[in-house]
Amino acid sequence: MYAQMIKSEATQEDPEKLAAFQARIDAGEKIEPKDWMPLGYRKTLIRQIGQHAHSEIVGQLPEGNWITRAPTLERKAILLAKVQDEAGHGLYLYCAAETLGVTRDEITEMLLDGRMKYSSIFNYPTLTWADMGAVGWLVDGAAIMNQVPLQRTSFGPYSRAMIRICKEESFHQRQGYDIMMKMASGTPAQKKMAQDALNRFWYPSLMMFGPSDKESVHSEQSMAWKIKMNTNDELRQKFVDQTVPQAEYLGLTVPDENLKWNEETGHYDFSQPDWSEFFDVLKGNGPCNRERLAARNKAWDDGKWVRDGLLAHAEKKAARKVAAE
Amino acid sequence: MSSPNAAYPDTPDQATKPKRHEWPLWEVFIRGQHGMSHRHVGSLHAPDADMAVKNARDVYTRRNEGVSIWVVEARHIAASSPSDKGPLYEPSESKVYRHPTFFDIPEEVGAM
Repeated sequence: MYAQMIKSEATQEDPEKLAAFQARIDAGEKIEPKDWMPLGYRKTLIRQIGQHAHSEIVGQLPEGNWITRAPTLERKAILLAKVQDEAGHGLYLYCAAETLGVTRDEITEMLLDGRMKYSSIFNYPTLTWADMGAVGWLVDGAAIMNQVPLQRTSFGPYSRAMIRICKEESFHQRQGYDIMMKMASGTPAQKKMAQDALNRFWYPSLMMFGPSDKESVHSEQSMAWKIKMNTNDELRQKFVDQTVPQAEYLGLTVPDENLKWNEETGHYDFSQPDWSEFFDVLKGNGPCNRERLAARNKAWDDGKWVRDGLLAHAEKKAARKVAAE
Repeated sequence: MSSPNAAYPDTPDQATKPKRHEWPLWEVFIRGQHGMSHRHVGSLHAPDADMAVKNARDVYTRRNEGVSIWVVEARHIAASSPSDKGPLYEPSESKVYRHPTFFDIPEEVGAM
């Protein structure tokens, strides 16, 4: 998902406190920043919310790529609004992570020096305008699958950030599908572009949910803590079931020969993505890993004088005010 | 509450951490409609109050969510702590007579 392969931390604490904590979660209570929580819960959440926030921020890059080249002024305004939303989503999430005791700049630096990750999906390039459609439809669609249940997560600030995000996310998916509809019903060349975008984004979108977590102990702990609400396989299946009819409506073909409706299970059977590619991208060898991280580092370095200047100005003003009093 | 981090006093590794020179944290309150009170919507970083209001406008009111914004630096907020829950709120549990439904008023008396 936007947070992939999050290992939950082992916890060695007072068993009585741990049991009381788990009982609160089981009772559906929200955990707030000042409440006692196991160190493992805190650390896992910092990693998970942080990675989610980084994904929102890095996720602006593949779409920002097309703002200046959007085909109409209307499309450009819409795309601009969507990319601005992603910045907002990143900010809500950074604030939620900060309540756990990590500062904004610290967590940013961890992204920039590679100690923290962002979703593998943003390491793929956006080559044509149809990719803006595919990203909104598939990537935001996959994200929504994960984010809707996370509105009920046990950590209060994370849950509240998710509620805000989900309100805006549906606009993102719809604007993507709207682009796909236009392209798919356009000239043969436009339809071909739409099909090509689906071909390239289908498997990376399936990878967003992460590998099967059937045997993962981490995932079990995270689910007990309600910071992971469904298994990766459940969400992936739900995504495929929802997306295939949408592709059919567009008259596009999902690039999977094994895709077929299974009357018995009531779900689609489908091929797994190439997981060796997933791990390779995660390691930093995707088509755009270096470019994305370089762009974030450049923005951070180029903005340093602004951050420092504004802070110096604010401190000077505050000092003057004190002197005048 | 003297530093922004003091808002989260139970966070273990902060005491040992050197204070970083970062834009302070502001809490944002928005009045959604005329006649309603301001409600906490989230937080953000900004160098000063003016920038905090501008950032709050961009981050929290992109879809007509507000008609008025308050911002306050997080370190100025004093908060109760979870361990005070008992002393603070338990006393009111036994005072059921504070609720109007405690009193039986005869029907003949009419609406009250």
